[in-house]
Amino acid sequence: MTTPVLSVRNLVKRYGPHTVLDGVDLDVREHEVVALIGSSGSGKSTLLRCVNLLEELDDGQVLLDGVDVSDPRVDADVARRGMGIVFQAFNLFPHMSVLDNITLAPRVVHRVPRGEAERTALELLDRMGLADKARSYPDRLSGGQQQRVAIARSLAYSPRLLLLDEITSALDPELVGEVLALVRELAGQGRTILMATHEMGFARQVADRVCFLDGGRLIESGPPAQVLGEPEHERTRQFLRRIIEAGRL
Amino acid sequence: MTVSELQRERLAYKRFRSRRSTVVALLSTLVFAAVAYATVTGAPGWPRVRDSFFDVDVAWRALPAVLEGLWLNLRVLMVCGVLIVVLALGVAALRTLRGPVWFPVRALATGYVDLFRGMPLILTLYLVGFGLPALRLTGVPNDYVVLGGAALVLTYTAYVAEVFRAGIESVHPSQVAAARSLGLGPRRTLRLVVLPQAVRRVLPALLNDFVALQKDCGLISVLGAVDAVRAAQIEQARTFNFTPYVLAGLLFVLLAVPSARFADAMARRAERREGRR
Repeated sequence: MTTPVLSVRNLVKRYGPHTVLDGVDLDVREHEVVALIGSSGSGKSTLLRCVNLLEELDDGQVLLDGVDVSDPRVDADVARRGMGIVFQAFNLFPHMSVLDNITLAPRVVHRVPRGEAERTALELLDRMGLADKARSYPDRLSGGQQQRVAIARSLAYSPRLLLLDEITSALDPELVGEVLALVRELAGQGRTILMATHEMGFARQVADRVCFLDGGRLIESGPPAQVLGEPEHERTRQFLRRIIEAGRL
Repeated sequence: MTVSELQRERLAYKRFRSRRSTVVALLSTLVFAAVAYATVTGAPGWPRVRDSFFDVDVAWRALPAVLEGLWLNLRVLMVCGVLIVVLALGVAALRTLRGPVWFPVRALATGYVDLFRGMPLILTLYLVGFGLPALRLTGVPNDYVVLGGAALVLTYTAYVAEVFRAGIESVHPSQVAAARSLGLGPRRTLRLVVLPQAVRRVLPALLNDFVALQKDCGLISVLGAVDAVRAAQIEQARTFNFTPYVLAGLLFVLLAVPSARFADAMARRAERREGRR
């Protein structure tokens, strides 16, 4: 069996006395799309931030293609080149045009010549239907457009692993569709994706595997039909009942 | 809380790494200090410089006069500081007024800021200190301390007003919208919602200007006021030794250090309270 793209081993993260992640184990294989679900505060975002090494771990390991990137001897900046993360609040740089946002990492980190980086960026934008926005500034775009630019930015250097942190939570309902369609397309291309999401319907359609997090622990993991349809654990059932009551499934 | 063997090893490595950085910092500081010391004391003119700039006896004898001068500087600083903050807030508020009715007021405030921000402080000091009394208007004081203070206030108000204005304009329009939606008038919106956020944001810049003012208080000596700089000058003329200047300089630096630390502390406090970091 091949090494997974991402392996999380016994991951522990604390903020002061509060344990946010309490020994999480998770593998993501190549071409696999894994959805993390759970109520807010269950540790989904923290898990993604730990994988991207934006947070310091309190215990455990993060392995990328079998290499332990959580080791303090490893340069986190180098390790991050293999991953892309998209944030809930887009986090585009407001002082740069869309094109500069996307080409920043290829140019500065990966030393791609500007002309080549811009060609790649324009191709990406074209596929997302945003080619005419290349010279615009982020604040001129709608939320859905901004989030698609943020996805293009994280794809610009072809990372092995794409991390999506509740990327539709800050969007108006009518803009969610365009972003989810893009993610569906990326999944179809065989990209390896780990995403935290509140969109249960979307997780069911796109994910190969759904993981339910609660209280910083991975409670249940399996194919979407099983975890969302016939959950084994009481806590998963409670969570899904609340979601259904809120009319979100 | 159980910690795995792996994590224990990592923590030990991190501790080792931070200890190593401390040692490196310590060594590089020592080397730098040694080089600086050797360069200065090895200079051919060092014995002369030591005798005429760093004479402990001269410094000790000049201390009372220089301290008394510094006390004058401090009083000027306090009075000017308060006046500058109040006037600058006023000028900044005038400059942010909207609407054609206020055009003359806005223009006047803008003209004032342009004039006194552009004029070298030393010229303002001469013009106010020597020019104003020469007009022989009744009611114009001819005390050099008051006139020097007035010149400082004129110049620094222009600077500080611009700092305040930058702060006011950095508060997002949505904050004004929220305040107005609650029924607050324009003035109370400014006072209760906009200014508190603006001031907090520009506090580091304000305290920076405060330290600059602290030093520039020494410039009133050019008008003849006997402050720390002037007192040092008198001592220097008496002894033909420059040590009193060094003494006055050191005292000004000592005065600036608490202000700088206070500025840092205030910035940290604001960050903590608003939950950043």
